[in-house]
Amino acid sequence: MNLPIYLDNNATTPMDPRVLDAMVPYFTQKFGNAASRNHAFGWAAEEGIDYAREQVAKLIGANEKEIIFTSGATEADNLAIKGVFEMYKEKGNHIITCVTEHKAVLDTCKHLEKAGASVTYLPVKEDGLIDLQELENAITDKTILVSIMYGNNEIGVIQPIKEIAAIAHKHGALFFTDATQAVGKIPVDVIADGIDLLAFSGHKMYGPKGVGALYVRRKNPRVKVTAQMDGGGHERGMRSGTLNVPGIVGFGKACELCRLEMAEESKRLSALRDKLEASLTTLEESYVNGNREFRLPHVANISFKYVEGEGLMMAMKDMAVSSGSACTSASLEPSYVLKSLGLSDDLAHSSIRFGLGRFTTEEEVDFAIEQTKKAVNHLRDLSPLWEMFKEGIDLDKVEWVEH
Amino acid sequence: MAYSDKVIDHYTNPRNVGTLDKSSTKVGTGLVGAPECGDVMRLQIEVNEENVITDAKFKTFGCGSAIASSSLATEWLKGKSIDEAMSIDNMDIVEELALPPVKIHCSVLAEDAIKAAINDYRIKNGLEPIVSEKAHH
Repeated sequence: MNLPIYLDNNATTPMDPRVLDAMVPYFTQKFGNAASRNHAFGWAAEEGIDYAREQVAKLIGANEKEIIFTSGATEADNLAIKGVFEMYKEKGNHIITCVTEHKAVLDTCKHLEKAGASVTYLPVKEDGLIDLQELENAITDKTILVSIMYGNNEIGVIQPIKEIAAIAHKHGALFFTDATQAVGKIPVDVIADGIDLLAFSGHKMYGPKGVGALYVRRKNPRVKVTAQMDGGGHERGMRSGTLNVPGIVGFGKACELCRLEMAEESKRLSALRDKLEASLTTLEESYVNGNREFRLPHVANISFKYVEGEGLMMAMKDMAVSSGSACTSASLEPSYVLKSLGLSDDLAHSSIRFGLGRFTTEEEVDFAIEQTKKAVNHLRDLSPLWEMFKEGIDLDKVEWVEH
Repeated sequence: MAYSDKVIDHYTNPRNVGTLDKSSTKVGTGLVGAPECGDVMRLQIEVNEENVITDAKFKTFGCGSAIASSSLATEWLKGKSIDEAMSIDNMDIVEELALPPVKIHCSVLAEDAIKAAINDYRIKNGLEPIVSEKAHH
């Protein structure tokens, strides 16, 4: 076992060596521009793109003509939301999304509010799922788009996508989902789920960084988005820019591997995740965040009360994890996702996200359990809050000198 | 962001972790910060008849820099007179631990904890609390 161990697979995944093998020829030998229609170099690149497009489409049950390659999920989110807003503004200006979305969705919506959009940010229940009745109540005759993520990046909860899509369609709105964390991890089928637009990314599923895709439905209904990048009219005019051929080839290979190995992999990962959770929740005052039934197989988000997340991560120095604590980011607020669940700030500060992945071994999980337990106990020995809790002092009644 | 060696040292081997008897008139306790903010420091001093700090203990809920700042503070406090302790400046802590700008608030909290502990001791012993001329808040 090599240290440190990597348990932050929601941030990014290592690339699968098989993906790298598929990409290598496209750097130095098949380096052509896929838009060069008049020579062999261009044809070779185009052939690579066509094959990758099929691999990508197949993973989500789409037609290859419905795949628009982008630089990643952030760009795909922007293209979907801004593109729909501009294309359908005659019909209405109302967008419905939810407070636990990724910033790429929330900030895009905020941007559109300045351009005349009216946006509803649905709250979530304490398990992280939206209330379908609240969604339906929020819809107006001006609603053009419902944008709800598939699986959450911090807590892993899976929204009731099929039901959300049905409600959107019943009222004539399109349904977009940021499925960055879900595609490749659990079965996603745009037809069965009723998805009109879907964003995802290569580097969250053992592919390369800097490449992603937007699925745009072509039939029932035919969906159109206004291009956000002007230029050579690539990707059926929806996304100009020379195609990232090696990246797309790698993304295609990564999608194929996920499709073939997902069933077995998700079973293995959810067993490891359950082992991790069961062991760590034997620690006093530890809580799993988010719905435990409807969620991605590889994520565990746990709050260890009375210890602070960043301090905790420092003690877990041989492992890479992520925390909902403010101290880990540039902002001073703790995780907005955890706060949306109704978690108090101190519990949000005390959270650790474990993200397992394809290359996580049981030995590593056992190591993580031991090191986390040791770290929590070390930090609690240092924690005045833990001491007060043990003395039976109600911390909510203490008058804190806020800083 | 990488931590300095000194932060790591104090974090890994914190000095003077513990609890003094807060009901003793020789002990001053400072509890600063709030759980919602992700930082709570409790710093305690024990003072003898000559106004010299003979012992100091801390417990901190917070990031590595907050733990290191309070650990360092207890080290510095031992053997100092109350007046000397009053003059410990947060920037001394920043310098000693090489704290980056985003972690300066940890040193401020440590300075506040020192002053709160001293004032708690003074009040217990019938003295006026000292109002710091420095305004951090």
